[in-house]
Amino acid sequence: MTVVNFTPWSALTGGALIGLAAAGMWWLLGRLAGVSGILGTALISRGEDFTWRAAFIAGLFLAGVAAAVLLPGEVQFNLEAGYGQVLLAGALVGLGTQMGSGCTSGHGVCGVSRLSPRSIVATLLFMVAGMVTVYFWVHQP
Amino acid sequence: MRRAIVAFVCGLVFGAGLIISQMSNPAKVIGFLDVTGNWDPSLALVMAGAIAVFGVLYRLALRQGTPLLAPQFTLPEKDSLDAPLMVGALIFGVGWGLGGFCPGPAIVSAAFGDARVWVFLAAMIAGMLLYRIGLRRTHD
Repeated sequence: MTVVNFTPWSALTGGALIGLAAAGMWWLLGRLAGVSGILGTALISRGEDFTWRAAFIAGLFLAGVAAAVLLPGEVQFNLEAGYGQVLLAGALVGLGTQMGSGCTSGHGVCGVSRLSPRSIVATLLFMVAGMVTVYFWVHQP
Repeated sequence: MRRAIVAFVCGLVFGAGLIISQMSNPAKVIGFLDVTGNWDPSLALVMAGAIAVFGVLYRLALRQGTPLLAPQFTLPEKDSLDAPLMVGALIFGVGWGLGGFCPGPAIVSAAFGDARVWVFLAAMIAGMLLYRIGLRRTHD
């Protein structure tokens, strides 16, 4: 193992902002900022329950738009996977997050912060599964 | 309306955090998962930063009794370590490693102009609906 591309300060700063946004959702709305739960439920809900979820997702997307427009060239984006691979990846992420009740934000950030046993187990499992997948995909292509 | 504005601003800040920490870059995520090769530990510090801030504010907010703009705090109902939790987390992890995307960063980077992100999002939404509408009934 070699450590490369480590960016500790931007990681901590960005992470703190993510924590702050999650705290805003919790303190003001009483909701956990789990992206897969917010999106997954938005897909099948209506009215007030749909509105705040859609607004959160719109905020996420517009953060990306703002970065692309205001800081062109600054935002790093490197994707190796081709169309078939992202299609499969997307389907697995969609299915897995709904079956497992959460993703990196809901389990990994919010759940681990709450010391939820379900979230701690889920976070360990998805990290190990991701590492094993990258091991076989990147090292044995 | 007030709640939607709050959620929108939180989404913006959350997205900004993902972009600043470069979690919206799939190569950065793959780098973290590549523990046996060229390892990039940054993602661990993103989580540490987020958990440090949320962990404190989550507990401070709970002491207040109720959220400022909603009748009560809403927590997940399930508390058992059941099979869907573990199988779902494993399936999610495989998809995460294949693409380098989890749901938040995929939504953020949809704005970066690469059509593959939209393919990922479409497949992700299809997978979500498949479970929500179809498979969930057999579990719950």
